[in-house]
Amino acid sequence: MKEEIQRKVISVFAVNEQGVLARIAGLFAGRGYNIETMTVAPVPDSVYSRFTIETRGNKKTIEQIIKQLNKLIPVLKVIDSSDIIEKETVLVKFSADNNLSDIDVLCKVYNGRIMNVNENSVVAVVVDEPNRIANFLKIIKKYSPKEIVRGGVVSMER
Amino acid sequence: MNMTGSKIVIESLINEGVDIVFGYPGGAIMNVYDELYKQDTITHILNRHEQACVISANGYARVSGKVGVAVVTSGPGFTNALTGIADAYMDSIPVVIISGQVPLPLVGTDGFQEIDAIGISRPCTKHNFLVKDVRDLARILKEAFYIARSGRPGPVLVDIPKDISSHHTRFHYPDTVNLPTYKPTVKGNIKQVKKLSKAISEAKKPLIYVGGGAVRSGATDEIRKLLELTHIPAVETLMARGILGFDNPLSMGMLGMHGTYSANMAMSETDLIISIGARFDDRVTGNLNTFGKNAKIAHIDIDPASIAKLVEVDYPIVGDVKVVVQDLIDVLEEDFHQGKFFSWNEELQKYKAEHPLEYEDSDEVLKPQWVIETLGEKWGDDIVLSTDVGQHQMWAAQFYPFRHPDDWLSSSGLGTMGFGLPAAIGAKVAKMDRISVNVSGDGSILMNIHEIMTASQYGIPVINVILNNAYLGMVRQWQSFFYDERFSQTNLEYRADFTKIAEGFGGIGYKVKTKQEFIDAMSDAIAQNKTAIIDVDIHRKEDVLPMVPAGASLNEMILFKDTNKPKDK
Ligand SMILES: Cc1ncc(C[n+]2csc(CCOP(=O)(O)OP(=O)(O)O)c2C)c(N)n1
Repeated sequence: MKEEIQRKVISVFAVNEQGVLARIAGLFAGRGYNIETMTVAPVPDSVYSRFTIETRGNKKTIEQIIKQLNKLIPVLKVIDSSDIIEKETVLVKFSADNNLSDIDVLCKVYNGRIMNVNENSVVAVVVDEPNRIANFLKIIKKYSPKEIVRGGVVSMER
Repeated sequence: MNMTGSKIVIESLINEGVDIVFGYPGGAIMNVYDELYKQDTITHILNRHEQACVISANGYARVSGKVGVAVVTSGPGFTNALTGIADAYMDSIPVVIISGQVPLPLVGTDGFQEIDAIGISRPCTKHNFLVKDVRDLARILKEAFYIARSGRPGPVLVDIPKDISSHHTRFHYPDTVNLPTYKPTVKGNIKQVKKLSKAISEAKKPLIYVGGGAVRSGATDEIRKLLELTHIPAVETLMARGILGFDNPLSMGMLGMHGTYSANMAMSETDLIISIGARFDDRVTGNLNTFGKNAKIAHIDIDPASIAKLVEVDYPIVGDVKVVVQDLIDVLEEDFHQGKFFSWNEELQKYKAEHPLEYEDSDEVLKPQWVIETLGEKWGDDIVLSTDVGQHQMWAAQFYPFRHPDDWLSSSGLGTMGFGLPAAIGAKVAKMDRISVNVSGDGSILMNIHEIMTASQYGIPVINVILNNAYLGMVRQWQSFFYDERFSQTNLEYRADFTKIAEGFGGIGYKVKTKQEFIDAMSDAIAQNKTAIIDVDIHRKEDVLPMVPAGASLNEMILFKDTNKPKDK
């Protein structure tokens, strides 16, 4: 029963209390599930946090992940819709020796811009779909980025 | 009323109707012990090891149907308790564990006897709480009991730092819980139930497969009614022994690794598996690739995560087994033609007759199977039976005439050697009018042997029948079958004098070598109403058969006739 591995973005709403992150992360670790990225922040005006988890697995594994998450007592609901908008933020630091306008143009193509420049380096921010972020990171290789910080995926149902 | 945290613990337990707790004191839990001392509503049993505390609470919960309670201290007290907690988790037994913790300001500083109880118990509790404010304590305890017993039951830990148990607040025990994130489904989707009913009417060879969830749900009557109505044959897991009743002609017995030929063949040939509170454990299914390969699968379970975890399911129904089975009966009753499964039943009866459970009795040496059968024949109406883990457990599961699931306790999911005696103590406390018997092995009994003392001290008589083969028998059997008889570290020829041990702990001991001696010892132990060890010398190399080797398909059983080789005699 070899099945296709798929990528899935899941949103988990859980009570914002001590240890919830450990419960969720522990569940993934203990049962051998993957976490590719995870972002967490409180849901405004509520007692809940929203965990956006990017994971991989076959259909059965993804189903189990969702059920096991739902089984955690502090978890209110798990959203696994595929009709979602996804965004990821990435910060990149280049050497100031690079051609600034090249980098600026490139960032703009990927919904970004240069945020900060000093005598040593240029920092750019880009916010785009995760697959486009991956492309962006491939393309900027030739500018030898000094540091890259990816923010993890956030998502919202349409 | 204003009171301390420790008093709140006691008052909350009383509010929950708790009249007995199993525990062991220590520094971080002393405030609570001080309050226990000042009252007389709750009886405290001092087991001699924290693992035993939790297992006794587990045994008590299984037999009484109530939530069992264990009280332990921080650090080593808690780590000792962990095996008991994991055991309750694997078998879905409702237990609340109250543990002391170092004072809150010391938490995280590697304080004396500090261990991250919440962290290490997260994967083996249904839920756990660290109490950080005495004002939350009563609510947390209320929630702990509710979570432990509702939905799919399980152990819940409440970890209380020592300073919290001395802080004061006004006590109010809430009437209800308010947990918006936790709402177990009780009632099954009726559309799904109707689909299942239709599938049953279209099936030719349906099979009911009953597991521990049916026991927890208290669905014995409903399941027996379902069988009576439909004449669908049925099999039981180790956990569910007693649901069908040993004399039920529709029962094919226990299935799985040491299940009967008829049960495993039924499972191999059925075209509709109706799983009721079972979880497709690997010891039950054998090779998953061939399991139920001609069958559609219906799965009734209160835990959605249990459904389709291991096998594809055609008819999932989430709900309390008792409620769903009753709904299924109601739907089926509208239009059901009896006699549909006559030839299927005939076929299975043939399997039953071809290869019943068998053993070769002997007059020279006692056979474990004979001991189990005799327990059942002579005292079966009065016994609540507990076991340890190993061959003796499987012989008990195979040869005991099970009448009702509440009279049966065995560590099934975790397979914890040392479970038998403390569980039997809990069972006896829950049903003092029963004869509490623990069938054990000469290996397992030593894992909680000190509990002879607990049972003696409190007048909770437990009769421990040790099927003594001077081996870690189950491991020895695997070594015989699969490791070319290299008996690595399983020979227990260096024997203990169990008679003296029993006496040393305040009980009675019997050394038994013949049938008559066994019957006499049992009769005497029952008459004396004391905790006893009956050390039964059995044939050293008896094997548990049939056996489905790990990973093989259910119809690939090693049968009695295949291994009845004279060389071991
Ligand atoms: C705590 C624990 N340790 C190890 C095991 C592995 N194990 C399973 S059965 C068994 C042998 C049990 O021997 P005994 O209690 O003498 O029973 P017998 O099989 O001889 O009837 C062992 C070591 C276990 N189940 N539990």
